[in-house]
Amino acid sequence: MEHLFEYVLRIGDDSLILGQRLAEWCGHGPILEEDIAMTNISLDLIGQATTLLDYAAKIEGKGKNADQLAFLRFDKDYRNLLLVEQPNGDFGMTMMRQFFFDAFRKPFFEALQHSKDEQLSAIAEKSLKETRYHLKHSSEWVIRLGDGTEESHQRIQESLDALYRYTDELFYSDEVQKAMESAGIAPKMDDVRSEWNKTVDYVLNEATLKIPDNQWKFEGGRRGMHSEHLGYILADMQYMQRAYPGLEW
Amino acid sequence: MKEVNISELERRFQEKIDNDIRIEPKDWMPDEYRKTLIRQISQHAHSEVVGMLPEGNWITRAPNLRRKAVLLAKVQDEAGHGLYLYSAVETLGADREQTIDDLHSGKAKYSSIFNYPTLTWADMGAIGWLVDGAAIMNQVPLCRCSYGPYARAMVRVCKEESFHQRQGFEIMTTLAKGSPEQKAMAQDALNRFWWPALMMFGPNDAESKHTQQSMDWRIKRHTNDELRQMFVDATVPQAELIGLTVPDPDLKWNEETGHYEFGEINWDEFWQVVKGNGPCNKDRIDTRRKAKEEGMWVREAAMAHADKRAKRKSA
Ligand SMILES: [Fe+2]
Ligand SMILES: [Fe+2]
Ligand SMILES: [Fe+2]
Repeated sequence: MEHLFEYVLRIGDDSLILGQRLAEWCGHGPILEEDIAMTNISLDLIGQATTLLDYAAKIEGKGKNADQLAFLRFDKDYRNLLLVEQPNGDFGMTMMRQFFFDAFRKPFFEALQHSKDEQLSAIAEKSLKETRYHLKHSSEWVIRLGDGTEESHQRIQESLDALYRYTDELFYSDEVQKAMESAGIAPKMDDVRSEWNKTVDYVLNEATLKIPDNQWKFEGGRRGMHSEHLGYILADMQYMQRAYPGLEW
Repeated sequence: MKEVNISELERRFQEKIDNDIRIEPKDWMPDEYRKTLIRQISQHAHSEVVGMLPEGNWITRAPNLRRKAVLLAKVQDEAGHGLYLYSAVETLGADREQTIDDLHSGKAKYSSIFNYPTLTWADMGAIGWLVDGAAIMNQVPLCRCSYGPYARAMVRVCKEESFHQRQGFEIMTTLAKGSPEQKAMAQDALNRFWWPALMMFGPNDAESKHTQQSMDWRIKRHTNDELRQMFVDATVPQAELIGLTVPDPDLKWNEETGHYEFGEINWDEFWQVVKGNGPCNKDRIDTRRKAKEEGMWVREAAMAHADKRAKRKSA
């Protein structure tokens, strides 16, 4: 049960923190259509986070709800990937971050549909359609920017170089992951990784972009060891709940 | 000969208007009618887009997941309204990018209400309730506007605006029956947004240059003062219902007229904000300009990529 709680938290926190990040774009997008698209993706992710954290709270059994998990934990208790807490940067950085994540989430949810955990399987099924759309959107932008102008090519290549080091963590495996895999609850990370590789190879090739030589990997988010960025995300996100504890809004 | 033709065209145009027959993009229309509509619809589009900023300011700090999602959805709707309206402007032969540049240069206006800051969460309630509420008063009659594409855009927009108004009022209701500090937060937001909301209907009828012509063309169906009165009459009872006080010592119900009487609007403030001297005018325009400048390379890349694709296809 403790493993399951931890596992659901990981999925939920990824959606929550990336949804929060994307929401920062609202009103600042390069075109109005992208303001709509990014808000829409953010909305999907916040929706996923709500369902997942709600489920996590039930598993935990301490009488909490999704809001209490989302707004009242300390930074070390968040289990999201380092990737999703990285700053938005320019539009290319945001799309590259999104692409790496979506390319993971699609095969992940596809496989999670067959989870022995009925709740997770239902959530995966529900989230899959929107995730396919997210991946289509982010891969199209990676291709456009990679194979666009000289400036755009250079910019997005730099974003790729900056973010690539966070991608290995997508497939983080530890005791929790292994326990969930052998219980038939979690997808096998090796399978998800090989799907991810296929998508990334195809899209980066279309985009004329290349994987950086520096293959150093970062991890930590799944263990609660975050970057400096998460603290500021939480400062914004938790402000109301911290300033006015225990009220209805 | 030509002279006669034009006056004949004008006569037929006015006849259509008088019979409530919609004017469509390909129909002949007087230059002034076209210009008036371009001005009004682009102002409206700009208001939707600039209006995303004061509310966007609170999305990352929304107090719970449900409120965050509802606010995201609302701001997304406003962006959608901006898009329909820019398309409606384009049916009149105006260029979307040009109208946006006019906004950024200060030549084109947008609703002054968005030049006030959003300082607390309660402002999300006040904006939905009062600002979207005032927008509905203005826009419901526009669903019968003589220009077809604008009227049709308004039908879609109004459905969403009434949802926005309800969610804003719901935020205010929750706060008003919450803790003393929540109630104070709601009252403070009402205090700050009440008068600017009344200003959204524009100058008094006596001062309004365009009203009569717009009424004759059936672009407008009510004068500014009529709409403002309708808004006050609808909104004051809502404030009372949730126990908030409208910040107007002169406000009183007139049994004979069946309307509320209300105090004098601070027109100096109104004109100052119109002229660019509101608390956030500079921030709002700088933000929009920056979004456009920083997005330039993205738009260029998208065009370059589309060109490459087209060439590869034809090759
Ligand atoms: Fe709107
Ligand atoms: Fe509007
Ligand atoms: Fe609205």
